[in-house]
Amino acid sequence: MSKDFSVHVEHVTRVEGHGNIILDVKNGKIEKLEWKVVEAPRFFEAMLHGQQYNELRSITSRICGICSIGHSLASLKATEDALEVKITEQTAMLRRLAIHAENMQSHILHIGYLVAPDLFGVGSVFPLLGTHRDAVLKIVKLHRLANEMSDLICGRTIHPIRLVIGGFSLMPTEKQLVKLKSQLEEARTLTTDIASIIHGVADILPDFTRETEYIALSSDDEYALYDGVITSTDTGKHPAYRNYQAVMKEFLVPQSSTAKYAKHARESYMVGALARFNLNNDHLHPAAKEVANMFGLKPINYNPFMNTITQLVEFFHSIEDSLYWIDLLLERGVREEKPVKVKVKAGRGVGIVEVPRGILVHDYTLNSKGYCTKANCIIPTNQNHANIQKDMEKLVPEILSRPEKEIELTLEMLVRAYDPCISCSTHYLDIAFV
Amino acid sequence: MKQKPRVAIFDFADCEGCELEIADLEEEILDLICIVDIVSFREVIKEHSDSYDVAIVEGSIMRPMDERRLRSIRSKAKILVALGACATMGGINKIRNQWMPEEVIKTVYKDTNLKGNDLFDVFKTKAINEVVPVDYYIHGCPIDRDEFKSVITAIALGKKPDIPRYPVCVECKKIENICQFELGKFCLGPITRAGCKAICPTHNSPCEGCRGLIKKAETDCVKEVLERYKLSYEDIRRRCTMYNYGREECSVDE
Repeated sequence: MSKDFSVHVEHVTRVEGHGNIILDVKNGKIEKLEWKVVEAPRFFEAMLHGQQYNELRSITSRICGICSIGHSLASLKATEDALEVKITEQTAMLRRLAIHAENMQSHILHIGYLVAPDLFGVGSVFPLLGTHRDAVLKIVKLHRLANEMSDLICGRTIHPIRLVIGGFSLMPTEKQLVKLKSQLEEARTLTTDIASIIHGVADILPDFTRETEYIALSSDDEYALYDGVITSTDTGKHPAYRNYQAVMKEFLVPQSSTAKYAKHARESYMVGALARFNLNNDHLHPAAKEVANMFGLKPINYNPFMNTITQLVEFFHSIEDSLYWIDLLLERGVREEKPVKVKVKAGRGVGIVEVPRGILVHDYTLNSKGYCTKANCIIPTNQNHANIQKDMEKLVPEILSRPEKEIELTLEMLVRAYDPCISCSTHYLDIAFV
Repeated sequence: MKQKPRVAIFDFADCEGCELEIADLEEEILDLICIVDIVSFREVIKEHSDSYDVAIVEGSIMRPMDERRLRSIRSKAKILVALGACATMGGINKIRNQWMPEEVIKTVYKDTNLKGNDLFDVFKTKAINEVVPVDYYIHGCPIDRDEFKSVITAIALGKKPDIPRYPVCVECKKIENICQFELGKFCLGPITRAGCKAICPTHNSPCEGCRGLIKKAETDCVKEVLERYKLSYEDIRRRCTMYNYGREECSVDE
């Protein structure tokens, strides 16, 4: 079939940040197909240069509002690695709760506010208040719970306050944790309801697959989020964490993007909930595995549209794993711990965590007075840009005979499935040229 | 009944955290849409309209292409509100203004040829009011949700929003927090605009000045604090540069 048409989506909606989709078709042939990142570059590398070690977390938290807890934790881990600060068991437990809170907050926002409108054929969550009011209010309730959990553990959901070098500036009380526990228990039923509603419309998600590489942290002990080893579905474990650049090879495509791209064993790879599911599903809580089974998810799943579903699976896991850590904290009793004292010295530190959109690295070099002389961050969305482009290149020929509007919507849905965080990805810290 | 004002929300260079604070109003968004019509909000709504009364603008201005977009937004809006520190004063995006844009680009992109590439045509970071007139400001990094509600309510009622002109210390004392200086920390509370309910000191962390320096900072009070806790003027200046780069002298030296 030969036809001429163009799909130009300027500033894709219901994603974080500014990205464009460009598709030009002539005589039924694709002339141009591009995922373009047009966000203004923000030059965090320059911003960190000369800042003191105890200000790096505050500044890098501002790379991204939605992932600010994750950036804070990666930043603290990097600073603590450089200054050889050993955190306490209690801090490690509370930080796990912080990561779960952010994962839940970000995932339910993506599932409920950003993706669900596509599944119900509307432009935003607002019309759903008329047609599916009960479901929307349940999503709002879950979102509120996740935010309250962030507020309790971190002091604030967006740009956390209590997360500091060596621990917490303030701890939740046991009474507050008991209340959080009952809220999380209550959330089980709500989440199950949401899962069955999404299940009812999940066949709208395109049945599309493309084999690619998946990279995430993994651990022998748990479903890795706060700690773990860099792992690839192609090449296995890479324990030398300070040598992360051997796996995450970033490159610049200045003609189409102000964000960096990344590759490893192939021309692109994917990070995020689907990558974590594909690598670590055996460590998921049984309740989360059950949801994965309900949607027929099995590793390795090569359908990027299923990323949203694996976020739902992770939401169940985060509820259950949070309850596990809260029980343990209550059993031990919450201790009033002051943050571990810091001795300033020169050194380099690397902090790696899993955040909602995938694996995140902060890497700082400090001088003997504790001032930052070099910084690098590897952002999840950067690592996905090349994979989005490659997915589009396989997807468009498969759907080319469909109406233009449908092609446009499918491409937007693909971008949304990755839950891109474009503000994050245009942080521009350090560029490796290939 | 008077028609509801049509509100459009836009973002430039920033983390989008302040827009997220709006989304985090949860059920209260339903109240918000009772008093205003949200006609454009790219982060959560697909539909977009160019017909609006109030433009809420988040983020800093980095490039000529951003400047053009902002001017076009200003020309369509009767009222323009700057949302969050990046918009109201440049915020952390101004840290890089201590260097020339060419230097910053070289640090980051090494020797890549970016000539003629609009995406990378960057000048020194500007706050919104350095490009177009701003009617109202919602301060903070991030903004305070209650303050956002009160500003929007005032606008919907045709009133002038009221924002505090006193320092964070006042709120801190009201809550009866222990002074951060008393705990051996350095805090910008004495010279920073209140309105955040002293959230950072309340969580036992010092104020970093994200709501901007108050005009006519109470310098005697600052001097006294510095003297009492044997802190250097250099310290206060450096801490001021996290959010208030290029703005510190006017308030502290007065």
